[in-house]
This record gives sequence, structure tokens and C-alpha cells, in this order.
Amino acid sequence: MTQASFPRLTAADSRRGFLKLGGVALSGTAVALLGGLPMRGFAASHSDAKASGDIAILNVALGLEHEGIAAYEIGAGSGLLSKPLLAVATLFKSHHEGHRTALIGAIEKMGGTPVQPKSMDDYKASEKLSISSIKTGDDVLRLAQRLELGAVNAYIGVMPSFADRNLAQVAGRLIADETMHWTALTQALGGSLPTPAFSFGA
Amino acid sequence: MSFQIASMLLASALLSVSAGAAADAKRGEALYAARCGACHSVADNGAGPRHRGVFGCHAATQPGFDYSDALKHSDIVWDEKSLDRWLSDPSAFVPGNMMVVRLANEPGDRADLIAFLQSVSQGERSCKPGATMPAAAITTHP
Repeated sequence: MTQASFPRLTAADSRRGFLKLGGVALSGTAVALLGGLPMRGFAASHSDAKASGDIAILNVALGLEHEGIAAYEIGAGSGLLSKPLLAVATLFKSHHEGHRTALIGAIEKMGGTPVQPKSMDDYKASEKLSISSIKTGDDVLRLAQRLELGAVNAYIGVMPSFADRNLAQVAGRLIADETMHWTALTQALGGSLPTPAFSFGA
Repeated sequence: MSFQIASMLLASALLSVSAGAAADAKRGEALYAARCGACHSVADNGAGPRHRGVFGCHAATQPGFDYSDALKHSDIVWDEKSLDRWLSDPSAFVPGNMMVVRLANEPGDRADLIAFLQSVSQGERSCKPGATMPAAAITTHP
């Protein structure tokens, strides 16, 4: 049985691409999220309660990024992925690391405390990841596909709840990355693309 | 007259059966994985609490999860009706709670999700059962 393969992808500038944003006016929060630049005026323009709500949402997002990174790390270290699949898994992991860096920076600049990752042993033992059931390269891809889909739907679900509307735009960019991952993984697994419109979210 | 009442009761019973039969726990499981799975699982607390046993339990009683004060003081027991309202719009149902996502706008999706949650609530549970649950159906664990 041949292992799933990805379409040809290039990793060039992926991290830099995440940090670039031309010609869009952003709040201090969004600027901090996207470029790690000094944030100005956020505290003056948002109530503590609203900022606290946004921080809580960002921390949930950060927890998902931690988990995604761990899953890709476990998959990459499993020895079950072919060289091309390993390259793409490593690329996707680097995207999540970019998300993680940006989320940590934003949470800290908003005065919050970024949630820490669990230990790798905890991730390996979690029922959600079900690492012990992974026996093949396809199993690794299916886990990644499931996590990416969950993240897409979670980000879509929280978008209307951001007090800072610019964070919704940032969430949109995160969704685009996760959807790109899900689509590539689905194609690699030989799965069908969704038939109905509005196939993500509720 | 009694025939009319009996007919109405029968019709009502048939409607209940039909509504129940329409809910698809298998589809609900897939929806759960896709929409709830980022934060929840049946067995483990994560960003959200574990769901094993949730149907029939008091809200905010899964051990080891740090719930919002709003949910702790809500006095909700999770059943079809309360879960439907919760899944429809958690913030409207319990303002100030931490689940700010709306992941099941369609009634059919909510019914299937609730059927799945009910299916994982048979047998042992660690949350605090509501008073309406038949004691024989509940096994509590600390």
C-alpha cells in the first residue's frame, strides 16, 4: 500500500508571510499579534473586562496551538512518515509555532499570562490525541486532520466574541492557515472535498 | 371524548418517539469531533470539561475543572432542553460563562449532539447527578 502524498508545497517564506501585513489599519493588539511590535494605547481604549475576555479566548487558542505543535512533533518523531510527508508536517508545525509566538506576545502585551504547554507525556497519554492508536503514517495524518478541523471550527466559533474587532481579523488569518492544512491533509489521505457550501463552522 | 384524549396522547407519544428517533447519535459523534473536539473530549478535561456522564448532571460539577462563577451558580441540570439552549447560545443562556462559542446553530445539529452526549452518559460518571436522574441508572465516582 502506498503512503499518502501531498501536493508539491514550498516552505519558502511561510513564517515571514505570517508576520507581514500590508496596508491594513490594526489596533495595538492586532499589531502586537501580527508583528511583535510595541503595542500602544490598548489599555486606554479597552475596558479591563473586555480585554480579559479577549485574553481568555487567546489563551484557549494558545492551548490549541501547543497541542497541535505537540501532535506534529510526535508524528514527525514516529518514523511513520515518508520524507515528503515529514517535510510537510514539519512545515505545518512551523506555522503553528508562528501562531504560538504571536499569541504569547499578544497575551503578554495585553497584561495576561500565557497558558503553558502540557508535558509531552501528558499529550501522549491524552484520550483526545489517542497517540497509542497510531500505527501508520495515515493515522498520523488523520490525527493532524482532526486537530486542524477542530481548530478551524473553534476559531470560527469565537470570532464574533472578540471585543477588539481586529482580533477577529487575526482569527481569520489563523483559520486560513488551519484550513490550508486541513485541505492538504485531506487530499493526502485521498479524502473528498466537502460538497456543501459553508462546510466549516456552524 | 375519551377516544379523543387517547388519540391526542397517542399522537403526542408518536411525536415524541419520532422526535427521539430523528436524533442521530452517530452523526452527533462526528459533529462533536469536528466542532467541540478542539476544547472537549469525553474522557479528559481540556480547555473545556470532560463530557462523560454530562447528560443528567448538574452543571459545573466535573471534578478537576475550573468553572466560571456564572456556571457554578447557574443551578442547571443538563437535559435535552437545557443542552439545547446552551448549544444554541451559551452566552445568552448563562451570561458570563467561559464558553463564548456558538457551534450548533441548527436545531438538527443540536439534537444529534445531545443524542451523542446522552450516549456517553450511560453508566459511570464523576459529575454530580441531578435529582431527576433515576438512581439505578447512576454510578458515582469521586
